[in-house]
Amino acid sequence: MTPAIRVKTWWTILRICLEERLVYRGDFALGTLMRFLPIVTQIFLWYAIFEAVKDSRGADDIGDISLGGYGYTEFVAYYLLTMLSRAFSSMPGLASGIARQIRDGEIKKYLIQPVDMLGFMLLGRIAHKVAYYSVAIGPFALVFFLCRNMFRELPPEAATHSLFTLAAFLASLVMGFVLGYFLEATIGLIGFWWLEVTSILFIYMLFSFFLSGHMFPLDMLPEPWATLVDLLPLKYLAYFPSAVFLGKVSGPDLIWGLSVEVFWILFFVVLSRWLYHRGIKRYSGFGG
Amino acid sequence: MLSQDSPVSTAEPTLAGKPTSERPQYVRVFLTFARNSLVRDMTFRVNFIIESVAALSWMIANLGFYLLIFTFTDSIGEKTGWGQYEFFVFLATTMLINSVVQAFFMPNAQEFSELIRTGGLDFALLKPIDTQFLVSLQRVNWSSLINFLAGGILLGFSLFQLSTREANPLEVTPIMILLYPVFVACGIAILYSLMVSLAATSIWLGRNQSLYDFWFYITNFSRYPMEIYSGTYGLPLRWFFTFIVPVLIVVNVPARMLAQPLRPDSSLGLALGAFGVVATLVCLFASRFVFRRSLLSYRSASS
Repeated sequence: MTPAIRVKTWWTILRICLEERLVYRGDFALGTLMRFLPIVTQIFLWYAIFEAVKDSRGADDIGDISLGGYGYTEFVAYYLLTMLSRAFSSMPGLASGIARQIRDGEIKKYLIQPVDMLGFMLLGRIAHKVAYYSVAIGPFALVFFLCRNMFRELPPEAATHSLFTLAAFLASLVMGFVLGYFLEATIGLIGFWWLEVTSILFIYMLFSFFLSGHMFPLDMLPEPWATLVDLLPLKYLAYFPSAVFLGKVSGPDLIWGLSVEVFWILFFVVLSRWLYHRGIKRYSGFGG
Repeated sequence: MLSQDSPVSTAEPTLAGKPTSERPQYVRVFLTFARNSLVRDMTFRVNFIIESVAALSWMIANLGFYLLIFTFTDSIGEKTGWGQYEFFVFLATTMLINSVVQAFFMPNAQEFSELIRTGGLDFALLKPIDTQFLVSLQRVNWSSLINFLAGGILLGFSLFQLSTREANPLEVTPIMILLYPVFVACGIAILYSLMVSLAATSIWLGRNQSLYDFWFYITNFSRYPMEIYSGTYGLPLRWFFTFIVPVLIVVNVPARMLAQPLRPDSSLGLALGAFGVVATLVCLFASRFVFRRSLLSYRSASS
């Protein structure tokens, strides 16, 4: 295929997926707004905790208190930002979808058509995300506007003051998407060997729920957990972009963090490619 | 699908013979459902064990999160009395209630919207037994009950810690022990009513895919002590989730009664208890009404 035709193919795939996704706009917008509800309870919980700490320390204002390096407004900002990171990095149904296609034999179509499965699905995801953002930007803008006061007292390294941090934040969001895609695709491709990946997927979800940072800022964790979490790629799915935005990671740490993220992306790209390559070798499809 | 799942029609020939004169034996039918589900679960034993471990590890991870919180603070909220072990009583109550709901009602509510979409509800309507009973108790998910066990252990441990601590030990009275299961049952009934009403809406909507999501978002508000909803934004929320959709009552009433019986504002506790009972009855009747109304709009999808 010449590059021009290849681009045209990709563009067609992207457009088809986009149109498919935009059929259920209303459902999308409502669903996005609903997704903020768990955060609401989380924010109230932390407010109550700050009140209790203020009381026991005899402080005048909860603005004077910080827990694990986070003030109250920073907590709220953190949770809102993790919503944004998750909007990029979460891949609902990707791993289970790949495993199901392997089980059902639907994967055959990628073997006979001149498209690459991982590439095709990546385009599908991009289309999904673009469609999602085009609708979700409304609810997101609304919530961030309502909570704009929470972003007032950030340090000079934060993305509200520094263009460099903002660029790093955007890069980490996009890289979070790529990492999330290849990580979940890798899990789904294990289906070539195990057929049923529900249990692995559950373990992955459990770990990613608690260790990606969307329950709490990961740097609050005591040792040895802090080191463990630092070694896992999961933190790039929610914690890292938010921490970058808030200026918690800056200077050499930021460069190092982004480099490690690039490493993880390459690692999972290669691993998923390799698994796919090995998988189709041992795959056998019957009937049609 | 339904004919396999419900042995009612074949197991009780008397019913088929005299449909009008004899009441169906609900307890026996339910026990049959429970036994069948257990047999099915035991057929895939490894899967059952994995599901149990998964449900349990989710709870343990949650517990870890709260342990982390309590390394930073002594209590949740200013002077609310929800210290670490009081809150763990609360958490244990959440586990007890949620595990029962997940074991008995959740699989059925999910199945219900599928029954409507495929027209399988026809079979349920034809059975000589109450339809709501049939569709809401057919399947028992036994593996969820592992959290009931875990909740019980956590409850016992926390109560032991509370009653043996030096400062201001908790006194567990027989009345508390008697009333606690009653209010836990009330909480379960409220959640059940909410779930039935939600599931019934899928008759009007055709299909309710986001049922589970919606359920998760709503019950999310029941997971913390109601005191945390205070201030300009919190009070309306607390009001809404107490009086309109009473999910805040579900865990708060039983947990409060056990963990903080001697609060200075214990009259509030009493009022909450009374309100809990009233709310439960209203919810049960309302959900029954919604369910029956929705059945009237049912149009079979089968051919």
